[in-house]
Amino acid sequence: MEVTQTAHAPSAAAVQPAQHYAQRTPVPFLSMMIGPSVLVIVSVVVFPLLYSFYLSFTSYTLLKPIPNWVGLRNYLRLLDNDVFWLAFGNTLLFLFVTVNLEFLFGLFLSQLLARTVRGQSILRTLLMIPMMFAPVLVGFQFRWFFNDQAGLVNNILKSLGLISQGIPWLVGRATAMFAIAVADIWMNTPVMTIILLAGTLSLPRELYEAAEVDGASGWQKFIHITFPLLAPFITIAMTIRSLDVARGFDIVSIMTGGGPAHRTELLWTYVQRTAILDAKFALGSAMSYITIIVTIGFTLYLFRQLLKARLVE
Amino acid sequence: MAGSPTAPRRTAAYWQRHIGSLVLDVFVWGLLILMALPAVWIVLTSVRNPIEINATPPVWLPRALTLEGFKPLFGQATTATGSVPFQLYFRNSIIVGVGSTIVSLMLGTMAGYAFSRFRFRGRNTLFLGIMLSRAVPGIALSLPLFLLFAQLGLADKLWGLGLVYVAVNVPFTVWLMDGFFREIPRELTEAAYIDGCSDWQAFTQISLPLALPGLAASSIFAFLAAWNEFQLAVVLTRTIASKTAPVGLFDFTGQFTIDWRGMAALSVLMMIPAIFFVLAVQRNLVQGLTLGAVKD
Repeated sequence: MEVTQTAHAPSAAAVQPAQHYAQRTPVPFLSMMIGPSVLVIVSVVVFPLLYSFYLSFTSYTLLKPIPNWVGLRNYLRLLDNDVFWLAFGNTLLFLFVTVNLEFLFGLFLSQLLARTVRGQSILRTLLMIPMMFAPVLVGFQFRWFFNDQAGLVNNILKSLGLISQGIPWLVGRATAMFAIAVADIWMNTPVMTIILLAGTLSLPRELYEAAEVDGASGWQKFIHITFPLLAPFITIAMTIRSLDVARGFDIVSIMTGGGPAHRTELLWTYVQRTAILDAKFALGSAMSYITIIVTIGFTLYLFRQLLKARLVE
Repeated sequence: MAGSPTAPRRTAAYWQRHIGSLVLDVFVWGLLILMALPAVWIVLTSVRNPIEINATPPVWLPRALTLEGFKPLFGQATTATGSVPFQLYFRNSIIVGVGSTIVSLMLGTMAGYAFSRFRFRGRNTLFLGIMLSRAVPGIALSLPLFLLFAQLGLADKLWGLGLVYVAVNVPFTVWLMDGFFREIPRELTEAAYIDGCSDWQAFTQISLPLALPGLAASSIFAFLAAWNEFQLAVVLTRTIASKTAPVGLFDFTGQFTIDWRGMAALSVLMMIPAIFFVLAVQRNLVQGLTLGAVKD
């Protein structure tokens, strides 16, 4: 690794044999190694996306599958589609709230776990349980937990005497968004925690011992030692999380389907509703393009930091 | 920390620390048991008497255990629901999951090695492009694939779905393997070149055997992603010829009612392979996720 770090410095290092093979560009070998991956991604991801990009400028619907060119009409329609903008805002809000809360809970849990003495490895296994759930399964389970008649949440609240009537969680906008966020946070906090815990456990003990000698409090140690040294792990946790943002779709799709009356509509559920249920394929494609831009923008924003270590000048 | 090596003198400070660590441990255990509760609840539901499921007041612990809920999954129709061709969904999920994992592992490992060991023009753009293809939401991808697959005769075919999962899993495999290969000292590869190895030999005989933990971690991520995937499967599969287990969950939903027990039973069976794999490579998993963070 050290070799890479010094490699692009125009120094004597350039003549070391260590640089010899790294600076060769064996084109046939590299094509053979990378070509298949690129081929699969181009044919299964890039080409279909170009196709739907083309369709987004046509009048294609599933009922009338004739792609008549209509120019920007679908995109212009989206501009004054209130539900679309509602879904757009909901999506940004949902991502902002859940990802940040998942990070904070992950950080909190990782700091607790790092200090736990009894049964740390069992705890770590317990922590991985949500990772084994299919998102669609999480959706179904939480839809049932938040059921107004026999849901676990209402049952617990009733047993504690906090409410007498079941709360219709998935009906009101605020309560439904809350329920969906709880499901998403439950599913995604463990990955954050595991990465941050691995980071915390890898930090050098000497620093803490030195700080203790100087009489630093637990909070001071966290702020001045743990948090800054965890930065690379935080980046990794956020990036890996960002790659999976669309998994939230499975949860929302099953818990509320974006309803009732668009109250929990996110871009993903609205694309599905428009393109598949309403058969307006071209309009749905136009919408999905905006979804792609939002998602990729979000990923790219988080990815920049992490990529610095992997990209070479 | 209670684990400090100094000889414990039973002073007030000692007890304070001791009790403090006990309180912390109890708190953390409580928190994680609370987090594991949904899983416990699913298992309990799968073995309940259906009357208990919608009972008011709620029945917390099942009064009697029954495996009735699993019967429809094994071809025995009950009055509540017809039988669910669970064996077929499971078979489809395993074929698609294992098949796509093997292929994406092969492709991703080769590309990851090339990215980690060589520099060439367009490397960064290509690497970034591959990573960003992973961020495309499944729903956006499912629309055009739905049309193209119908035209190409790939719709409702297992290998069509498998091909899509390969494309979805390659980027993360490239990411993980690039990280693992960077961990292997370059000197080993250099020595291989001096001994007259070709590029391919240096890859397969020197680096690949050392990257086995990376392959283990990558295979879990790829398998679980395919095993649990829903957005694409629900659009690209139609019949029992290619429906996977996550799509099969919908067999328990009627227009107005949901057979929660049957669904819980299928969920329990769906989680068995996931639990098995995650526990088997738990350590590599964590290592794979955090690679590259301790550098610079």
